[in-house]
Amino acid sequence: MSAMFEGNALSAMQTSHCHTSLNNYRMGLLSVVCVSLFFSSTFAVDRGNFKTCDQSAFCKRQRALKPGQSPYRALLETLELSDSRLTLQLINDNNKVHLLLELYRLQGNMTRVKINELKPLKPRFEVPDVLIAEPPTEPLSVLSKDDNGVVLSLGAENQRLIVSARPFRLDIMEGPEVLLSLNSRGLLAFEHLRLHKDTQAQADGAEVKESVDGDQQQDEGKKDEDGESEKEEDGLWEETFKSHTDTKPNGPTSISLDFSLPGVEHVYGIPEHADDLKLKTTDGGDPYRLYNLDVFQYELYNPMALYGSIPVMLAHNTQRTMGIFWLNAAETWVDISSNTAGKTVFGKMLDFVQGSSEKPQTDVRWISESGIIDVFIMLGPKPSKVFSQYASLTGTQSFPPLASLGYHQCRWNYNDQEDVKSVDQGFDQHDIPYDFIWLDIEHADGKRYFTWDPHKFPQPKEMLQGLMDKRRKMVSIVDPHIRVDSGYKIHNEITSKDFYVKNKDGKNYEGWCWPGNSGYPDFTKPEMRAWWASMFAYDQYEGSMENLFTWNDMNEPSVFNGPEVTMHKDALHGKWEHRDIHNIYGLYVQMATAEGQIQRSGGVERPFVLTRAFFAGSQRYGAVWTGDNAAEWDHLKISIPMCLSLGLVGVSFCGADVGGFFKNPSTELLVRWYQTGAYQPFFRAHAHLDTTRREPWLFGPENTALIREVIRQRYALLPYWYQLFYQAHKTGMPVMRPLWVDYPKDTATFTIDDEFLIGSDLLVHPVTEEGSRGVTAYLPGAEEVWYDVHTFQKHNGAQNLYIPVTLSSIPVFQRGGSIIPRKDRVRRSSTCMENDPYTLYVALSPKKFAEGELYIDDGHSFNYDTKKEFIHRSLTFANNALTSSNLCPDCNFLTSSWIEKVLILGASKPSKVLLKMDGKETPVDFEFDTSMSVLTLRKPGMNAGADWTLLLQ
Amino acid sequence: MTCLHLLLTLVFAVSLGTPVEIQRPRGVPLTKKQFYEESKPFTCLDGSRTIPFDRVNDDYCDCKDGSDEPGTAACPNGSFHCTNAGYRPMFIPSSRINDGICDCCDTTDEYNSGAKCENTCKELGRKEREVLQKMAEITKEGFLLKQQLIEEAKKGQQEKQSKVTDMQENKKQLDEKVEALRTVKETAEQPEKEAKERHLKAWEEQKAAIRLEKDKAKMAETFLELDDNEDGFVSVSELQSHAELDPDADGTLTEIEAQGLMGGAEQVDTSTFESVWPKIKDKYHSEAEEPAPVETPPDEVKEPVVDNDSEPYPEDDISEEEDEDDEDEDDYHEDDDKVMCLCVVQAQPTIKTPEKTHEDEEAMPPYDADTQALIDAAQKARDDFEEAEKALREMDDQIRNIEKELSFDFGPDAEFTYLYSQCYELTTSEYIYRLCPFNRVSQKPKYGGSETNLGTWGSWSGPENNKYLLMKYEQGTGCWQGPNRSTTVKLTCGKETVVTSTSEPSRCEYLMEFTTPAVCQEPANIDPSPHDHVEL
Repeated sequence: MSAMFEGNALSAMQTSHCHTSLNNYRMGLLSVVCVSLFFSSTFAVDRGNFKTCDQSAFCKRQRALKPGQSPYRALLETLELSDSRLTLQLINDNNKVHLLLELYRLQGNMTRVKINELKPLKPRFEVPDVLIAEPPTEPLSVLSKDDNGVVLSLGAENQRLIVSARPFRLDIMEGPEVLLSLNSRGLLAFEHLRLHKDTQAQADGAEVKESVDGDQQQDEGKKDEDGESEKEEDGLWEETFKSHTDTKPNGPTSISLDFSLPGVEHVYGIPEHADDLKLKTTDGGDPYRLYNLDVFQYELYNPMALYGSIPVMLAHNTQRTMGIFWLNAAETWVDISSNTAGKTVFGKMLDFVQGSSEKPQTDVRWISESGIIDVFIMLGPKPSKVFSQYASLTGTQSFPPLASLGYHQCRWNYNDQEDVKSVDQGFDQHDIPYDFIWLDIEHADGKRYFTWDPHKFPQPKEMLQGLMDKRRKMVSIVDPHIRVDSGYKIHNEITSKDFYVKNKDGKNYEGWCWPGNSGYPDFTKPEMRAWWASMFAYDQYEGSMENLFTWNDMNEPSVFNGPEVTMHKDALHGKWEHRDIHNIYGLYVQMATAEGQIQRSGGVERPFVLTRAFFAGSQRYGAVWTGDNAAEWDHLKISIPMCLSLGLVGVSFCGADVGGFFKNPSTELLVRWYQTGAYQPFFRAHAHLDTTRREPWLFGPENTALIREVIRQRYALLPYWYQLFYQAHKTGMPVMRPLWVDYPKDTATFTIDDEFLIGSDLLVHPVTEEGSRGVTAYLPGAEEVWYDVHTFQKHNGAQNLYIPVTLSSIPVFQRGGSIIPRKDRVRRSSTCMENDPYTLYVALSPKKFAEGELYIDDGHSFNYDTKKEFIHRSLTFANNALTSSNLCPDCNFLTSSWIEKVLILGASKPSKVLLKMDGKETPVDFEFDTSMSVLTLRKPGMNAGADWTLLLQ
Repeated sequence: MTCLHLLLTLVFAVSLGTPVEIQRPRGVPLTKKQFYEESKPFTCLDGSRTIPFDRVNDDYCDCKDGSDEPGTAACPNGSFHCTNAGYRPMFIPSSRINDGICDCCDTTDEYNSGAKCENTCKELGRKEREVLQKMAEITKEGFLLKQQLIEEAKKGQQEKQSKVTDMQENKKQLDEKVEALRTVKETAEQPEKEAKERHLKAWEEQKAAIRLEKDKAKMAETFLELDDNEDGFVSVSELQSHAELDPDADGTLTEIEAQGLMGGAEQVDTSTFESVWPKIKDKYHSEAEEPAPVETPPDEVKEPVVDNDSEPYPEDDISEEEDEDDEDEDDYHEDDDKVMCLCVVQAQPTIKTPEKTHEDEEAMPPYDADTQALIDAAQKARDDFEEAEKALREMDDQIRNIEKELSFDFGPDAEFTYLYSQCYELTTSEYIYRLCPFNRVSQKPKYGGSETNLGTWGSWSGPENNKYLLMKYEQGTGCWQGPNRSTTVKLTCGKETVVTSTSEPSRCEYLMEFTTPAVCQEPANIDPSPHDHVEL
């Protein structure tokens, strides 16, 4: 849900009076007054509520600085090199302020660059709790050094780091190639902390208000601060946006740095934006903005900030993939420019033919409002390597409970217990599986989270037990704004423990949100988070049970009457300003909530927490969704690049509200959205309070059947999804990926974002056009073949395949060379399918080879981790033999699941099939479908955890 | 590895009180037992293929229709039959076999899942019988009530029908009466009109004579005034002192112009002045500075009797009530003028206010006795006519109302008639809901606040086989950025007519449950005993 205040809804309402007079023959004047209200029907964000770069003083200031000669110079004589840390001072020749540069070579082919003031007036904020540990370093060594600079060796990969002294710049090279340069455009700018003239004047007992900056200019004219003229600069010590004044007691503190990427034409990442997968150049428009905001009715295809921020960008070309991780939690803007942007393919060809020497290059510039420069350069070179590099810094996707990969039924709001019960029964009546039903804000007593409305939900445990009896679960919403109400336990405890965020005057910060006047707990405090976590204990959260999980919404944080619908930047979190920590607030909320769920089970059970706001590292705590989208075809389309972008920077557990949150979807859109959502990681239908009901069976039997079918497809594939999440958890590989991740040399894939891969083996091209009669899917890989998962028809790779579609079509292909385990016995919920047998879908490559994995554990506890209680099998088909071998010999887990069927796609007919197990050979029945070359092995029957081989003779 | 062999179930069925064991594969209903013969290969029930019998219920799906696995979850489209002795038998989807959830009250669906199910069939059967019995009682009593309702409705309908017929007969007479009185009225009004005109004419003649007298006096007075030298003549120069008489309005009255006014003469005496006077009297300003008297045009003369009421109304269907409304509107208007600002044109008041024109000294004399008698007679005729006309209108309204009522679809036997013009309320924790069948549904906050219209009568909207199970009320108050409110009323059989619950399943779409005997069906002569022998 989103704030719809801040003048939005109200100003959209035009009041007009019409006043008509009628003559009445007898009575004289008869006057009829009619008052009518006209509602604004336009559906779009009110852009005026959110800042452009020009309206954000530091962005405007920084952006005014153009590429050129950098005023910074490296003082080589200050160079110090310990084993793995190099430090060096930089000086700004305009204002003589000294900076300290720190360079680290990190294990796994990464370089960390930190720049801070050498002697700041007071400490500058460095973001804690994002890195999972201090990243392990590798030795650095000086290869050469002269007056112009230093050459450092970056380990064994023929990589060097060149520090140029005048002007200061850094180049990372591999062999003769420059991979990446820093400050090559001279946009390093570091606004040092300074005393305000006001402060100085007040110290002198004089009140100087006007022309402070002018005085400063005169006083310090010779210094000319940072090379920027401050004389007419507004917003250094105070800025106002729409009646909200930011007092900025620390003055200007922003930082900026540029990165050049020679040979790169494609950059990705820096979510969250409702935009294409491939990032666009920002010349002539606003930079991409990273500032967690509750945006009411967001617009598509623009760089405006949304609910979450992950300051990680990937750069890719056919040779290499790299990443830049800008660890800063303040408001951040990212400018992208490219020397090939705007050139047509023909233009590029011409360059090539005419031997134009200009190499494609992308230039990136990061600007943040406060903090320090702390940047991790992940040098790849393969996409998978970048993912593991980033994972080694910030951790991987949490391994979710299996059930959370099932279907989630949500609505604002399921009205009462009776409603919950009847929706639950509706799923059974229509034989549609689901695992979670969700309760939005109306479930709580007066929006006091951790409580239940006594009239609507008088017996929450009874309700939860009813769901548990069906082996299903529930999620209730717990938002971080706390109703200021002396009768509310949570509020009273936070008050007495002094855990609220403070305003600039040191009083508890209060703002408007759903409950009305609300306080905001200071989640940056570890003690606060520990206390919050303890509130999820079964005896604290009354009415909760082990099948109740949590949804954290509004954690940007959303403040209806705050600037840009969020918290004032001069609010205080201990000694830090909200300005410093803004983008990480939401991460902390989810972190504390997930911790609470773990603790309530004594550390045994995996948590499930959905969040709307996020930051780098949020992947460790649960799922995210793309916020308050709308029931429009473009919103369905954008769900793909939005989740792909998140997957690239660690957040695999992503989804969009199926059906669209605002407005009522047409039946066709709803069906298409189910078909798309069923193949995205987090699969939840959700709807706004004002929309009509849209449970899957409300659109006639044909559409119910279509939706049932696609939800069943999802459930059949749960073993594959689960295994991919295990892989993501272990390695950082995204679950839902752009094609280029697996086909990094195929330039045709670089901009595709209307189809995607699930793992490496399933290619999905959802139908996202209204009234579509066909789609053209690109099947990547010249060496590949792809099998239509519905018909088993085989198609060659490296082609654009036109696929005629009807409303029941979901174009999905399995890669030849892969083995996907499915559970084709779909039941009411994923838990009901726990012991069911598997069917193996073996899709042969042209070389008659295939491989896959099978992962099994209890589906909900940490025992896979703490006790190694899982089964991890490698499945390989080679030389006409399908073999299951153990990938984890010291693991122990017993399953009663078995292999009921094996389908081998692209097979030839054998004369005999033998099962080799425990030293015995037994024949296996089979059928062969000549038309599609599908061999079906009937009931081989081995336990899913056993060693076995199936021989085709 | 799970080995599930052909599992045969022992089914205890009660037939004529004697338990009989009937062996058949798990999940097969008795009606289909014949297709599952252990000694023969099994042919899928859709005939698609034949398989060895040991593949029936072997936990692998061989038949496309799922018929080879009636007792396992192997087929996605299979179904499992539970006998549920003591309760009612049922089919469940195969996917619910051994899923850890007890679906069949006889526990037979969970034979291998470890779920601890208890046989609840007897209990369920007992409860169901109780419910059925209670339902049967309600239905029985409700149905009796319904018969009464039908009777009453029929009677009422007949009464109304005959009332309408009577009234239509009466109306004819009334019509005639109105016409007759109209003639009487018109007949009486003609002599009244003539007498009034006569009276008026006489008075006007009288007034003209008076005016002439006055004019003469004025002329004489003027002559004396103009004759400055009192020589008995008004000369050109004497006239020239009155510049206002200037015919070309150039501000001066020249000698020639004055001469022109005097008909070319140098001077005029009193008798000749009579021909000059008409040319100057309109412009002449008395030297005594008296304002020139304004002649009241004769057509503006007020009639002495205020007879507005006798004027025929063009909008003669305006009822008294509406008149009051109009006054209210006027009152509102007064306020509105002060507060409304974004208004379009404000029409000028056109009320017939009493003319504030200069009072005629001479009011018209009262009518003479004869004229007054004619007027009184005409007035009586008018009153009689209007009274009759009003009675006719009222009768029309009554007929219309009854016809409207008769036009409603009150069900096949008019059993819903009694709900007409009634209202039923339900008070919840927050609101008072009010259902006025065939009219509207509304909601009012319990603790003050205005009423919200949740829909006005739309139509019966139950399923095709019985549309009288649902009522639809539509076009209620609009919702913010949403549809107009609407309410579906679900009718169930009950002895009493009462709203039992309300809910808002979807934003602005309300659901109301309503019990009424009118939907009670004739109790079937069913035996509410357990269904355990239905199969046999």
